[in-house]
Amino acid sequence: MSIFKKIMTAIRGGASEMGESIVDANATRIFEQEIRDAQNHLTKAKRDLTSVMAQQMSASREVDRIKRDIAEHEGYAQQALAQENEALALQVAEKIAGMENELETQQQALDSFSTNVDRLKELVKKSERQVAEFKRQLSMVKTTENVQKATSAITDNFSSSNSKLLNAKDSLERIKAKQQKFDDQMKAAELLESEDSDASLQAQLKAAGITKADKDASSVLDRIKAKQS
Amino acid sequence: MNIHSIAAHLNELADNTSTGMVFDCQPISGEVDVLQITIQGREELPVFLSVSDDQVICITYLWGEQEIIKEKRVAMLEAMLEMSIPMPLSAFSKIGDKYAIFGALSINSSFADIEHELAVLSNNALEVIDDMSEFLI
Repeated sequence: MSIFKKIMTAIRGGASEMGESIVDANATRIFEQEIRDAQNHLTKAKRDLTSVMAQQMSASREVDRIKRDIAEHEGYAQQALAQENEALALQVAEKIAGMENELETQQQALDSFSTNVDRLKELVKKSERQVAEFKRQLSMVKTTENVQKATSAITDNFSSSNSKLLNAKDSLERIKAKQQKFDDQMKAAELLESEDSDASLQAQLKAAGITKADKDASSVLDRIKAKQS
Repeated sequence: MNIHSIAAHLNELADNTSTGMVFDCQPISGEVDVLQITIQGREELPVFLSVSDDQVICITYLWGEQEIIKEKRVAMLEAMLEMSIPMPLSAFSKIGDKYAIFGALSINSSFADIEHELAVLSNNALEVIDDMSEFLI
């Protein structure tokens, strides 16, 4: 059963009861140990790979060297034949035959190293994928546990502080009301500010004699006198 | 990254938030440390934050099973499922008998990422309750 299915079954099956774990702690520990083991194997496989690759390079260099030697000695044999020194040519040919045997051995070793390198590389890749997959699964289990424990802590906190989670609609209404109040306050503040600035503008206009100044006693008396006459 | 460093950061922000929200943090102790984050003006809908090995999870509870109008339950579930992708950064969940929205962040997230997450989550929660109120009692 996949870990996903396991978690789903556990949650649906009521293992989500507060305080009860989805997967028992022991199983989680074993799983963590398995991941560590897999990671150790991976490290070892990588070390093996490095050493085999070194051997592969060395064998490859050796094969090249022998091939060069063979080519060189074939040249010598041709030169000996050109001098009609059959005996010398035969000696060189014998040496070449020995070299060819050695080449075959080295080539076989090289092939075998190459196969091993490919195999190890494949193994490392596979192990890396597996470790990543294990880690993802462990993370799922741990997250489920974490959320359950967190929920349990939150619930305990709420019941102990006597405050309870409100009905969603009521909460929204309250928040909206608060927002409205805040907006109203902002508007009122803006209004006040604009009134203040209106007042100061009026005062400036009066001072500049652009709008009429406040009425004073002498201007009133002047007006009455004007009416009488 | 743990709840205490997050709390210290959010409390320090005070009025200088880039999100325009003022956060107040209160740790809740338990088997797992949880940070209760209230946002000024939205005290009724706190965000709960917990930190696990590889992620930071922020949860806001929406409503309980008993708040749903019975005959509209399936329609509500479908609406939630459909809204899960369009809703920025948050997804729906159900914990026990409570519906919730949550966001999960990498443990390597910056404080600014977390702040952003909290603001988006809170906005989403308000909007979701508003838009889904037709399904609720």
